[in-house]
Amino acid sequence: MSFLDYLVRNRIDVLFRSAEHLGMVALSSLVAVAIGVPLGVMISRRARFRGPVLAVANIFQTIPSLALFGFLIPIPLIGGIGARTAIIALVVYALLPVIRNTYAGITGVDPAVRDAARGLGMTDRQILRIVELPLAMPVILAGIRVAAVIGVGIATIAAAIGAGGLGTFIFRGLSMVDNRVILTGAIPAALLALLVDGLLHRVERRLDWREKQ
Amino acid sequence: MPARRNRLCAFLIILMPEETPVIAFADVSLSIDGQRLVGPLDLLVGRGETIVLLGHSGSGKTTTLRLINRLLDPSTGTVSVEGVDTAEWDPVQLRRRIGYVIQEIGLLPHMSVSHNVGLVPRLSGWPSDRTEARVNELLTLVGLDGSEFRNRLPHQLSGGQRQRVGVARALAADPPILLCDEPFGAVDPVTRADLQHEFKTLVRRLQKTVVFVTHDVREAMVLAHRIVVMEAGEVKFAGTVEAFRSDATPAVRSLQQLA
Repeated sequence: MSFLDYLVRNRIDVLFRSAEHLGMVALSSLVAVAIGVPLGVMISRRARFRGPVLAVANIFQTIPSLALFGFLIPIPLIGGIGARTAIIALVVYALLPVIRNTYAGITGVDPAVRDAARGLGMTDRQILRIVELPLAMPVILAGIRVAAVIGVGIATIAAAIGAGGLGTFIFRGLSMVDNRVILTGAIPAALLALLVDGLLHRVERRLDWREKQ
Repeated sequence: MPARRNRLCAFLIILMPEETPVIAFADVSLSIDGQRLVGPLDLLVGRGETIVLLGHSGSGKTTTLRLINRLLDPSTGTVSVEGVDTAEWDPVQLRRRIGYVIQEIGLLPHMSVSHNVGLVPRLSGWPSDRTEARVNELLTLVGLDGSEFRNRLPHQLSGGQRQRVGVARALAADPPILLCDEPFGAVDPVTRADLQHEFKTLVRRLQKTVVFVTHDVREAMVLAHRIVVMEAGEVKFAGTVEAFRSDATPAVRSLQQLA
């Protein structure tokens, strides 16, 4: 029985695991945006928080993913076995690109534009909402895209702590020493990463003011 | 030096008799990190008057301008706008009463011409139909065809067109005061001359009080009721264009040669 036969025979399972996988990535990316974008804005306002925030996010990024999943299991409330723990780990990995790009996008806004906005009588909030965030949007979205694509990759390891997803096949294949089973998880995961990348790239262009007209 | 300054002040007060000046600098200086950027400044600007701050780069013109709309706060002395100390003005309210035109970059690059022009009215909560009408009116006023230009982004305009949009935006909420920081600095000489003349006609017709920063002596002589020459953060000369032409102060002399 070839890999393709195996894949077709298990297609319902593959679809279910893919949905599970995508769900984990989507949810963790949303949480990372909800935390990371405000943090990025905050460090663009208060320089003294920039170093510590980026350092912490950087350190999170360097923890090997399998180890991080392992570390999280014994922690009360956020830890344990299952998808919730996996999502928290994915959020931790997604934070750095989101924070860093938000910061870079906002500090990259031409100071003269910000100055003009202030001179027109905009409040700080209005400058953020009407000027800085829209102008920084392409850079912020690029960060979210990187975070989501990394997330698709890391989420395969989430199966190690019983969170499901396409990693289920990979770990099963490893223990069965069966390449077909590994590929049944790995190839859809790779395709999923490409799909997420492509979709977010389109959103990015849609929301990029430079692409208008 | 103080004696001369007092004389200067007295002279300016005589120029503007009964009315309270729209903008008044009283012994203003600004220092950052112990370094004096401008001052001491004493300057009165009357209603409907166009004052041109003239000087080389680094002479403190822009800094002086930014003290008026409170983008900067003075270290000593007071700047008053319409008789009220700017420190007592809510900065946002103050700035909405003051049109601000800077070099082309001042347009928000991600917004269409009509959005840029209608920005202050929208921020001030005008209903959208009124804003729209105002945008059309302003584009016509600055010589741009609304139907052709309203949906363009700033980078799709020529330098001269961008300046027109900048002026239109500054006039949008009909502010009594306009501050201009080298608005025509980045356009070619021919367009520049057109813009200067149109600008002058426009602000005089609308009776705007204008403070205009430039390093271009000819521009200053075209636009100004009065020229204020600045050097190293201080006022070296203040007077009418006629007086400027015949003044013998070294700072003025060196500028006269550039005209």
